Amino acid sequence: MKGFSELIDKLLLTSSRNRKIDILCDYFKNTQDPDRGFALAIITNSLELKNIPISKIKEIVRENVDAELFALSYDYVGDLAETISLIWPYKENGHLPQISKMISILKNIKKDELSKKIETFLSIANETERWALIKLISGGLRIGVSSRLAKTALAKFGDKKLDDIEKIWHGIEAPYETLFKWLSNLGPIPEIDLKKTFNPMMLANPIEENDFTNINSKNFVAEWKWDGIRVQIILDDFNIKIFSRTGDDITQTFPEIKCLQKELVILDGELLVGRDYIPMNFNTLQQRLNRKKVSLKHIYDFPAFVKLYDILYLNNKDLREKNWNERRTILESWYCKNKNRFFDLSKIINFNSWKNLAEIRKNEIIDDQHEGLMIKSKYSPYIPGRPKGYWYKWKKDPKTVDAILMYAVRGHGKRSSYYSDFTFGLWDGNQLSPIGKAYFGFNDNELKILDKFVRNNTIKKFGPVREVEKTFVIEVAFDSVNSSTRHKSGVALRFPRIKRLREDKPISQVLQLSEFKLEFL
Amino acid sequence: MQWINENLYISPINTYIDPYKPVENAIITHGHADHAKPGHKNVLATKETINIMKIRYGENCAENFQELPLNKTLKIDNVKITFYPAGHILGSVQVLAEYKGEKINFTGDYKTKKDKTCENFEPVRCHTLVTEATFGLPVFQHPNEHNEIKKLLRSLQLFPERPHVVGVYALGKAQRIMGLLRQQRYDKEIFIHGALEKLCNYYIKENVFLGKFSKTNLKDKKEYQGEIILAPPSAIKNVWSRKFEDPIICQASGWMSIKQRAKQSLVELPLIISDHADWNELTDYIKLTRAENVYVTHGRDEAIVHWCKMNKINGLALSLSGREDEEDL
Repeated sequence: MKGFSELIDKLLLTSSRNRKIDILCDYFKNTQDPDRGFALAIITNSLELKNIPISKIKEIVRENVDAELFALSYDYVGDLAETISLIWPYKENGHLPQISKMISILKNIKKDELSKKIETFLSIANETERWALIKLISGGLRIGVSSRLAKTALAKFGDKKLDDIEKIWHGIEAPYETLFKWLSNLGPIPEIDLKKTFNPMMLANPIEENDFTNINSKNFVAEWKWDGIRVQIILDDFNIKIFSRTGDDITQTFPEIKCLQKELVILDGELLVGRDYIPMNFNTLQQRLNRKKVSLKHIYDFPAFVKLYDILYLNNKDLREKNWNERRTILESWYCKNKNRFFDLSKIINFNSWKNLAEIRKNEIIDDQHEGLMIKSKYSPYIPGRPKGYWYKWKKDPKTVDAILMYAVRGHGKRSSYYSDFTFGLWDGNQLSPIGKAYFGFNDNELKILDKFVRNNTIKKFGPVREVEKTFVIEVAFDSVNSSTRHKSGVALRFPRIKRLREDKPISQVLQLSEFKLEFL
Repeated sequence: MQWINENLYISPINTYIDPYKPVENAIITHGHADHAKPGHKNVLATKETINIMKIRYGENCAENFQELPLNKTLKIDNVKITFYPAGHILGSVQVLAEYKGEKINFTGDYKTKKDKTCENFEPVRCHTLVTEATFGLPVFQHPNEHNEIKKLLRSLQLFPERPHVVGVYALGKAQRIMGLLRQQRYDKEIFIHGALEKLCNYYIKENVFLGKFSKTNLKDKKEYQGEIILAPPSAIKNVWSRKFEDPIICQASGWMSIKQRAKQSLVELPLIISDHADWNELTDYIKLTRAENVYVTHGRDEAIVHWCKMNKINGLALSLSGREDEEDL
């Protein structure tokens, strides 16, 4: 546990991405199997210990620490694992088992010896080990390391391509011994079972103004960027599996979608809700996401279907090396033979020049259905990740609103001495109500102006948060607005960024929240 | 006990302890800004505290200063006042007041751990203890300060190309860190932010060993590779820190035991070194004084009052205004 706890402690306190990668590389280099594999699984959230409820840990602590003192401490510290690690009153000599051993002990622990074992572990551990142990049991490290970052570190450690790691990632599991063998050049790339495994998706880059002059419209096709959720569908042996873009299995959330295939077919598309292949807006789709139980009423009111973009496998054959033209032909012919109400082809938009496409984008976009346009090279293979030069997204123009700067927090890394994370709000009667946060969109010069304003106009401090004088108007751009029960204002902006500083604008001209909702929601 | 009130006012002699606004008669426990304010008429304090006040606020920050050495009793009317070292910073004291045979001890800020940069703490028996509680929660159990300093030295070995900028309070903490580094035989020059200079010089004048140090002068960034630079937390948050290339931001404070707090403050290397008593020191001292009444001036008072109740001692929170938490980044 010592090595693992020191690792996550270091990762927590390091804000530089490159440095985090170095820390992980060092750990992989200096740690044996299977410990490093289990650590990797915990960091990437691929391993959960579900058998020990966190309430049990609380109970153990309450038996050993005065309840009132614990409550006051927890209230002050705010993080359960930290509170327990700092307040635990006993100290015993000894060493905690290695991380792999610890996981197997915790997994197989018997109910009647649980309390005693955990108490012993807590007493043997130092503060950081206790913190790591409780994080391990409660799940969800929250140390600022994404699984993408961990994989980037693996690629660097083994001098391998990140894409290759992504391709096999969802087919391997802890303690990843074959993976480390391959990364250390002691074995071949691990073989995975395609039929169960999510294949990382190909993603698009936002198109920039000068891209249009550099790429020839004749080599590209366009289609709508549908405003749903991107999915991968794996059909095999009369089974279906649906994965989200990040590889989460969401089959259970959409039980109505069916398609029977004997041999392996893997499709790429956009999941939407609606009838007759006409999508309802994203807000409606959200009603069906993140639900543990799906009611028949939901399925009836908001039936799901998929607009197909691409095909990765047909009858066990990998098509990803083929170019888009070839894959599209295969997709169309598969679609004709297997038509059902859950699948529709995402149609190709005809255009003859970029100028022509710009007009289409301007005139034909449907706000509730489209996020914008996709532009794809006819000659693009299907490459996981976000390769340059093949796929572009051309989002619809953002909406904008003038809002008032309310709070600011310092940024990370290079920006750690600048106030660069901003909360802004609109009027709600004669009070301000925060509607969102943004930490980009401005240039370096604008950042300096904002930073200076925050420093000179702070009226209150809450820990790291500064509340500022409500005098500064900023123009906020955003993709869309969702209604939200989680936010006090009742709205959540998608992809908000600061477009312009409007120091000239008086705060009285900023919208009321109710006006904003009427216009955008 | 009618002769003192919740504002730390000793009525028989018309005197306040650490008043937060100007008064006629003030006893000052130590020089930190939330205890020592300018503008009083008469100030009674140790020589060191008086000098520190003059350095910070100017020669005329009070009309009259009266020195009282440690362990000497001064009788004012019917009240006896004695200073005992509080071990917090140079010149810091606990104030024992005795009236009609009843003893009240005001701790000011204190720590019982040894510290080479000031007089070490001395315990005092009393009937009533008026205590601080900055770290008055059982989650605060400060580790050995030498081990914490070793963390800093280890990091210097690991990252010899990065400047180590350590956030420290200008009075007390800065000099303690310098002293602790010297105890670990770190004999390189230590660089300090300009705001620390006068107080460091004063410590030297009082024969506290700080070794060689000089003010940062940021012309050549490379000059500070692998060096230790001490600066007030406000400077680290500020434009000033942009002058260093790829610094490791460290912070020496009791709060640093809370990882999330360190992370929020963007501290990469937290050093848990405090000039205040931790939970065990606070509760041990309450027991040691055998006080029947404990009044908590500031800090996490609820937990201490609750602990007193558990131990059958009368506890009361005074919640004095104007007291700040230890250096918060």
